[in-house]
Amino acid sequence: MTTTGHTRIQTRFAACAAEGRAALVTFVTAGDPDHQTATAILHALPGAGADIIELGVPFTDPMADGIPIQLAGQRALKAGQTLAKTLAMVEGFRKAGHDTPIVLMGYYNPIYVYGVERFLQDARAAGVDGLIVVDLPPEEDVELCLPALAAGVNFIRLATPTTDDRRLPKVLQNTSGFVYYVSMTGITGGTIASYDAVGEAVARIKRHTDLPVAVGFGVKTAEDAEAIARGADGVVVGSALVERVRASLDGEGRATEKTVSAVTSLVAELAAGIRRVAKAA
Amino acid sequence: MNAPQNPNTYRSGPDENGHFGLFGGRFVAETLMPLVLSLEQAYEEAKADPGFQKDMQSYLKHYVGRPSPLYFAERMTEHLGGARIYFKRDELNHTGAHKVNNVLGQILLARRMGKKRIIAETGAGQHGVATATLCARFGLECIVYMGAVDVERQKPNVFRMKMLGAEVVPVQSGSKTLKDAMNEALRDWVTNVATTFYCIGTAAGPHPYPAMVRDFQSVIGKETREQMLEAEGRLPDSLIAAIGGGSNAIGLFHPFLDDPEVKMWGVEAAGHGLSSGLHAASLTGGRPGVLHGNRTYLLMDDDGQITDAHSISAGLDYPGIGPEHAWLHDSGRVSYISATDQEALDAFQLCSKLEGIIPALEPAHALAKVIDLAPQLPRDHLMVMNLCGRGDKDIPQVAEILGGM
Repeated sequence: MTTTGHTRIQTRFAACAAEGRAALVTFVTAGDPDHQTATAILHALPGAGADIIELGVPFTDPMADGIPIQLAGQRALKAGQTLAKTLAMVEGFRKAGHDTPIVLMGYYNPIYVYGVERFLQDARAAGVDGLIVVDLPPEEDVELCLPALAAGVNFIRLATPTTDDRRLPKVLQNTSGFVYYVSMTGITGGTIASYDAVGEAVARIKRHTDLPVAVGFGVKTAEDAEAIARGADGVVVGSALVERVRASLDGEGRATEKTVSAVTSLVAELAAGIRRVAKAA
Repeated sequence: MNAPQNPNTYRSGPDENGHFGLFGGRFVAETLMPLVLSLEQAYEEAKADPGFQKDMQSYLKHYVGRPSPLYFAERMTEHLGGARIYFKRDELNHTGAHKVNNVLGQILLARRMGKKRIIAETGAGQHGVATATLCARFGLECIVYMGAVDVERQKPNVFRMKMLGAEVVPVQSGSKTLKDAMNEALRDWVTNVATTFYCIGTAAGPHPYPAMVRDFQSVIGKETREQMLEAEGRLPDSLIAAIGGGSNAIGLFHPFLDDPEVKMWGVEAAGHGLSSGLHAASLTGGRPGVLHGNRTYLLMDDDGQITDAHSISAGLDYPGIGPEHAWLHDSGRVSYISATDQEALDAFQLCSKLEGIIPALEPAHALAKVIDLAPQLPRDHLMVMNLCGRGDKDIPQVAEILGGM
């Protein structure tokens, strides 16, 4: 099942493909290090070269995340971030006229507690384009995936090295927007062992679907982004960006005048990296 | 909300997707999903294999020391002046708690699956010790994740695990207790998928763990049934057990769920009191949510952020509960009550002095409610309390609280 009509995500991937390049997907945690600074980062991402934005929804128990994103979530929660505030950030971003697609990424419990129906209504009204919910495999599709598709919100699934050819159709069945290939077995922020293996895995997924395939987990530098862009339709960078936030903070963990530019300068480098790879349009 | 509708049996769950009514399920990352499915298949095959069952029986008898006695606590009964109180003596098992029943099953399963690296989370350290013990016995690598706070308050067990050859990893993230140890174990599992078996210590987590752990712990209830019939010629009138994740309780309760005349009480940890906000009573003070692979009652705030549990007992210090208990709570089959830190400490001392048995702080919570309930019950009422662990591990902590006595 796919959503009808062209979503912002589909349109953006198509536009990048027409330019003969991969899309840059940037992850930042909503509310990190505080609501105001995170809002400024969000608004600066399109200008810095982000094609699609993944906005992390902080959760106390991020079981699939490495230390950088764990810490980013803790900073955001300490500063008072909530799911409602995250939706308000997206709403403000749209009101400012940005059309960069936004995907909320996180864990199910905050959404479940907010109420699935109410959440989908509010998310769509705010201008959220898609969802990545780490702890909702296809076996739990009735929870949020099917309601999201019915509400016109893309549900982006993770495919991993343990998703074999037998299981892949099940994973792809209700996926929409794009497929997020996790480059390794592990948590976010790890190290990619082999670009070749990632390239082969992407090719394998593309034999099963026409959806764009973005690759994430372990992409840290412009060189990584360049290498991944050769085979993938999109490159996702997260831990490296939230590490830039952390490194820019003062001794008390507060944002400084360097915080926003610390993130946007890396985004610009990554955007240049993927543009060094020319792909058939 | 989706309350189960008076099923004909309480013993048929979970369904094929691991649901007990609204609760349970498989809320894990895609990387783990194929592992969870292959574990389920391997467990179903093992369950049907008489060879596996025979191995289990043999190790339970000769290595664990089962059956554990069902002991008539005569002086406690006299002191309270009501119900006849029996202790199911699972503290006499090898390693000193009920945890070993489950670990034995999972380790035999890991061997069948060809997994050589075992990981576990632990709170009080009893599950960690049991896992380290069986890994030593079968020559398997063992890594135990333990919250840094728990490492500090359960030092004897940390030393014991190291002695048995396990690596103990103190977990510094979040609240540094059991839930964070579980997060870290899941992060390890998702990284080392090919080699690693995750030995979960309680009847929680993604399907098939809640059902599998319950099955392995049900030996407690099966023995109790036979032993009570032999001792008194009839079934007990009530069962009572402490609940963190709830594996000892479900192990005692499950074989009796379809005997309507048997009343059951689960005792959660009320910490400083339910109104203080510092407790670990997820059924009484929480609401349904999703964490660690299953939907169940959780302690959380209005934004769905998990809040810290509090209990004097590291083994009960968890903001959730096994999904089958959540279902038994909503269906009304089991009554869930709670005991405070202080009540547990009082029961700990009373049991030591009256029966010559130093209980762990976990069953001391159940005992605290026996002390409340028994005097109100008739003298022919048969009550079984699961004495699921011994208190040696708690001596340093209790001595500190009581001022070295």
